[in-house]
Amino acid sequence: MIVLGLFELQTPHDPALPPGVIPAMAAALESCLPVRVAGLKPLLAPEEAFDAKRGQWSAPALLEDVLASLPDGIPKALGVTASDLFIPMLSFVYGQAQLKGRAGVVSVARLRQEYYGLPPNDALLLERARKEAVHEAGHLLGLVHCSSPGCVMRLSVQVGQIDLKGEAPCPACAARLREGTA
Amino acid sequence: MKPQWQILVVDDEEIMCESLAAWLREDGYLVDTASSGREAVELAKKTDYAIYFIDLKMPGGMDGIDTLMEIRRLHPDASIIIITAYATVDTAITAIKEGAQEYIVKPCNPEEISLLVSRIIKVKRLQRENLILRKKLQRRYQFHDIICKSPRMLEVLELAREVSSLRSTVLIRGESGTGKELVARAIHFSGSRAQKPFIAVSCAALAETLLESELFGYEKGAFTGAAERKKGKFELADGGTIFLDEIGDIGPKLQADLLRVLQERSFYRIGGTGEIQVDVRVIAATHKDLRALADEGRFREDLFYRLNVIEIFIPPLRERREDIPLLAEHFVERISHELGKPVEDIAQDAMRLLMDHSWPGNVRELENAIERAIVSCRGRTLTADDFSFLRNNGAAKIQIPDNLTLAEMEKLMIEATLRRTGGNVKEAAASLGIDRSTLYEKLKRYGIER
Repeated sequence: MIVLGLFELQTPHDPALPPGVIPAMAAALESCLPVRVAGLKPLLAPEEAFDAKRGQWSAPALLEDVLASLPDGIPKALGVTASDLFIPMLSFVYGQAQLKGRAGVVSVARLRQEYYGLPPNDALLLERARKEAVHEAGHLLGLVHCSSPGCVMRLSVQVGQIDLKGEAPCPACAARLREGTA
Repeated sequence: MKPQWQILVVDDEEIMCESLAAWLREDGYLVDTASSGREAVELAKKTDYAIYFIDLKMPGGMDGIDTLMEIRRLHPDASIIIITAYATVDTAITAIKEGAQEYIVKPCNPEEISLLVSRIIKVKRLQRENLILRKKLQRRYQFHDIICKSPRMLEVLELAREVSSLRSTVLIRGESGTGKELVARAIHFSGSRAQKPFIAVSCAALAETLLESELFGYEKGAFTGAAERKKGKFELADGGTIFLDEIGDIGPKLQADLLRVLQERSFYRIGGTGEIQVDVRVIAATHKDLRALADEGRFREDLFYRLNVIEIFIPPLRERREDIPLLAEHFVERISHELGKPVEDIAQDAMRLLMDHSWPGNVRELENAIERAIVSCRGRTLTADDFSFLRNNGAAKIQIPDNLTLAEMEKLMIEATLRRTGGNVKEAAASLGIDRSTLYEKLKRYGIER
């Protein structure tokens, strides 16, 4: 069983992560993937990772920071932030992880109903957060995007697509994890 | 698991390169990166990437457009996407003119780039499948797939092989079931037109007016029911070969139209006013003696000479009996595999029966006989008993009146067979050992209704 570090990635400009997100993610990760979650202390994101023009945080820069601060005995870790993330080519990303690597980041900014001008829905936020955490952790374990409609590893580029997919890997992806062929 | 398509991302900004590469890797692609145009060209010399993402502005004397042009020279079919932070109409026009497939402005929506990549990969996959299928088809219809060892057939194949590289019209003569279409396909797939279409038309299967619209197409409103413009077989075969089976069955009007196509290499759609130019090789086939028909005035002499530039005659199976064991063994192997029945051999007494049979339906009749025997066979070897139907041939079921001509006898036999098959022409043709187009022609000639 691989140990997966899970922690809040705090950013100076945005509000803190809504309560309940980290525990919900931890439970989903342990029930859907062959990992044991280790809760880590929150990490303060470096100011240089913020792009003032875009008003967003650079996912590649945050990944570097997560990698640099991994404690001993934690082979892989996932940082979770309330802030919006981007990569230079794309207008936003829900998260990014090194494929079969050590570090990943997940943003809940666009998982909140308020982002789209809708009334808050805590239950829906936690459901989406669980799926995105399992998705990025799946990449850390070597899974690539899957075309199976219900699979958590299906690519989502709209929040509605996150709602349509399930929380767990499909049988084919689960088998790849079991057999170590991911 | 997704197939491992390879993508190259080219940008002088490392973070831009690496982050896009990481995002694409999550989608299962193998992604390389290059920090300059020169490095990209070096990589492209070693690998034919499915997609190239190239930044427009790069320092070092080789910008995105120069890189695009160099890669396009190496891989003319490459899918190249130009990326820019500052979109202008001029740069977009230049990029597309120089062969960029897409032009995108960064940062772009993840959905946009995801759709773009999956659309390109879908096309690449279809192109790859198409290539594989074409190769399979080519392999299937090569001369070495025509089973024979008799000197007469070897001569036929030698001649066919010689003419495959030419554009000349070929007339293939031979009885029904001798494999005229197989030889025509082998000529097409062994020549320079192999990558282009091979279109087969059975001239006996359709009424003259229908055949005319099939061959030449029609314009919208040309006749009642012509709701849309339709391309004809000659247009569809452009660059390739059209195979006109049972050419001896076409009427005078179509003979004149065909002559025009062969002379001018052009025609008009029915109801159309624009002349359509085509580059089509014509291979015609018939079981009739066209020269005799021309002498009797039933087939245009000038068309006969146009068609008969190169004549290939395929001898009937009864005149090359040494091919029967080879063909029979080939059919046993193929059909038993297709039917999933473990039949491996033909007993000596069965082979003697096959060698003695007259095979009026030629190779097709032999193939049908082997299939029928394999279906009823209980062991691993076909015995004479499995071919008992060859001895009877169903003749006993027909009452033959006195003073009957051969044609009347043939009509009776066709009617009896159709009754037995419940009007199913395909089944009746197989049972009679002739092909469908020949049966249609006979139905028309004898005025038999199904």
